[in-house]
Amino acid sequence: MPGKIELEVKGLDFYYAGDIHALKKINLTVYKNTVTSLIGPSGCGKTTLLRCFNRMHDLYPGNRYQGEIIFQGNNILSIGTDLIDLRSRVGMVFQKPTPFPMSIFDNIAYGLKLKGVRKRADLSERVEKALLHSALWDEVKDKLNASAYALSGGQQQRLVIARALAVNPEVLLFDEPTSALDPISTAKIEELAAVLKKEVTIVIVTHNMQQAARISDWTGFLMLGELIEFDKTDRIFTAPSEKLTEDYVTGRFG
Amino acid sequence: MPRTAKKNPVDNIFSLVTAAASFSVILLIIGILYVLVSESSLAIGKFGIWKFLSSTDWDPVKESFGALTNIYGTAFTTLLSLVIAIPVAIGIAIFVTEISPNFLKGPIGAAVELLAAIPSIIYGMWGLFTLSPIMSNHIEPFLKKIFGAVPLVGILFQGTPMGIDILTASMILSIMIIPFTASISRDSFNLTPSVVKESAYAIGATKWEVVKNVVIPYSKLGVFGGVVLSLGRALGETMAVAFVLGNNHRITTSLFDAAATITVTLANEFAEADTDIYLSSLFYLALVLFVMSFITLAIAKFFLLRAEKKYSR
Amino acid sequence: MTREQIRKTEGFIALTLSTLAAFLGLFWLVFILGDVLVHGIKALKLSLFLNDPAPPGVEGGGLRNAFVGQLLITLCATLIGVPVGVLGGTFLAEYARGRKIARLISVLADIMVSVPSIVIGTFIYAVLVRPIGHFNGWAGAVALAIIMIPVVLRTTEDMLSLVPWTLREAAFALGAPYYKVITQVVYRGAATGILTGILLSIARVAGETAPLLFTSFNNSFFSLDMKQPVASLTVTIFQYAMGPYDNWHAQAWAAAFVITVFILLLTITGRLIIRWRYK
Repeated sequence: MPGKIELEVKGLDFYYAGDIHALKKINLTVYKNTVTSLIGPSGCGKTTLLRCFNRMHDLYPGNRYQGEIIFQGNNILSIGTDLIDLRSRVGMVFQKPTPFPMSIFDNIAYGLKLKGVRKRADLSERVEKALLHSALWDEVKDKLNASAYALSGGQQQRLVIARALAVNPEVLLFDEPTSALDPISTAKIEELAAVLKKEVTIVIVTHNMQQAARISDWTGFLMLGELIEFDKTDRIFTAPSEKLTEDYVTGRFG
Repeated sequence: MPRTAKKNPVDNIFSLVTAAASFSVILLIIGILYVLVSESSLAIGKFGIWKFLSSTDWDPVKESFGALTNIYGTAFTTLLSLVIAIPVAIGIAIFVTEISPNFLKGPIGAAVELLAAIPSIIYGMWGLFTLSPIMSNHIEPFLKKIFGAVPLVGILFQGTPMGIDILTASMILSIMIIPFTASISRDSFNLTPSVVKESAYAIGATKWEVVKNVVIPYSKLGVFGGVVLSLGRALGETMAVAFVLGNNHRITTSLFDAAATITVTLANEFAEADTDIYLSSLFYLALVLFVMSFITLAIAKFFLLRAEKKYSR
Repeated sequence: MTREQIRKTEGFIALTLSTLAAFLGLFWLVFILGDVLVHGIKALKLSLFLNDPAPPGVEGGGLRNAFVGQLLITLCATLIGVPVGVLGGTFLAEYARGRKIARLISVLADIMVSVPSIVIGTFIYAVLVRPIGHFNGWAGAVALAIIMIPVVLRTTEDMLSLVPWTLREAAFALGAPYYKVITQVVYRGAATGILTGILLSIARVAGETAPLLFTSFNNSFFSLDMKQPVASLTVTIFQYAMGPYDNWHAQAWAAAFVITVFILLLTITGRLIIRWRYK
């Protein structure tokens, strides 16, 4: 029995500059407090779809959407959408860690300061909470003023997650968050996803099918810009209804 | 590099010729330094180092020379031109990297590059015939009216605005160095990885906040290097200021006063110096300028190299 | 105002200022070029290229001596500066590739590119003018060549480094010695780039005035003798613009127009070649 709906994609088409048709008639529903993964061969459009949810494509001229993405009753693809507000509610974590050129503390406090949190005490409290959440607190609590670049890759990635969490987003988008990490750091991030979904809805793009199977509740399989199949994860991996999906998850191509 | 066991004789000769050509750079630097020191030895002997640098005398008749008025003029015009140029240059860099629609990037980028290619004598002449009258008739009286009576700041705006003065010279100098500063800042801004920018957008930062808090801190080493490089260039600029600075060997405080830089003094007096000590003092000035700009440029290069190293990881 | 509105207003103001800065840059360019264009074309006459200067204060006359002198000095500077620069760059990118000495010379050359050109003028005065006893064209040419060398050297180094190493290996595999690999294969691969560097370095020195002031000096008469003072457009502009006569000013504008057009054409050609070849 699916719960509440967080994001609903209706008939979405996406064109990159130069009329490259990257997503074709996508329909998909993301349920609240679940982990949804998007899988498919490289170039299939999974990252493109993910970047529609926070309108990242708008940073580059010439990109064009058609269709609707409903988030809390509003179509976020409509003209009047406040992108600054949208992005502070739909966070994102990238493939490679992206710490800002600031201290560990300031990295996390950055989003809060943007939102107008000023008092040192409030900031400290929420930074600590975010770091606890992303399971990084014990490792960095003694060096909050050190540069974020001093952390290891896995730590940086958790720092970036903490930074995204600090502003209390409703949705968190992960774009292959572990592809640049070692297996131990990967495991930590995966554990984290399982815990975090109690508070945020997670959409994750991954090229690693085991990862999708391990951590997600729902899985969408994309190919050549089309959503081939979308279903509960265990169904996708055990009894997919499409032949293409079956071929992909069993490793016959990809 | 491949090392063959038996060397081809022609190859040996060719490699020696190329080596000689490239060592000419080192020889030139040493040669310039040596010649300037030996030519100015007469003045160094007579005025010493500290006394020469700290004396405001510049009197060919009494044969008493000091560099301070020239150094002061150089420092004043250079710093003022940086103050005017840096905000504009960084604004241009921000516009080109973050704001401009694609169709404008080309023209603005080309304009900046062409500004850099125009020879300094053209700037100087344009300054004399076009900018200087505008400054003396409109801008300077206006500034004087507004700031002339303000305490402290007012010192900068005393005297009759003639258009041949520190302010006009600094304006021209700033137009000249804007392109260098802008293009180095742009290149540094472009080194900020787009994912880092995206992740700032992804927590809801506005474009300006991304520039202010991510792009500029990320590229500050490079931008700083670019600013110091512009400083080095401005220090040694001759023709752009020679037309409009006057040649006044006095320490002045007003922007509306004529002044002298090391370069302007050299340009105006070198060919006319009639006594040995006069010429030797001018060589001494050239030596001071060479050392000042060499050190400045070396510092700039140091920062630019560090920036390059940091971001090429 | 809410916090969001304040943030957006601040951003709007900052970005508007940046846009204004960019248009200010464009404005200066149009202003300066427009001025040179308007005054220059007005004063541009055929006699300017055919006649030598009239005595001061007398109407008419031209700048034939300065046009020819400028070409002569620039040509001689190119003949000295380009070979040294190209060969020096070759050493850095080939024989000394990756070695500390190459790094050092490269950095020093970068610094030399920006060293005040008037200092180079004083240096040449001491070395090539005073010992001879009078100003002369060669001194000016050498001064410009010294400015050219580091520019050509650095572009050559960069352009040669862009040639893929496998290309050299392929030539070595045929049994070619290194100098043949360089002259017959690597130079060919980098030819457009090096040529562009040379064009841009000519553009750079063609507008130089300060290093000529006390080397080649000036000459009111037509002269092809590089052992004597030689007139140049840039020094003539300085002298005429600072002088008291209106027809001098007009001729200075005309000379400024010619030299600006020449340099901008060289620069634009160079940039177009780079864009066409390396993008």
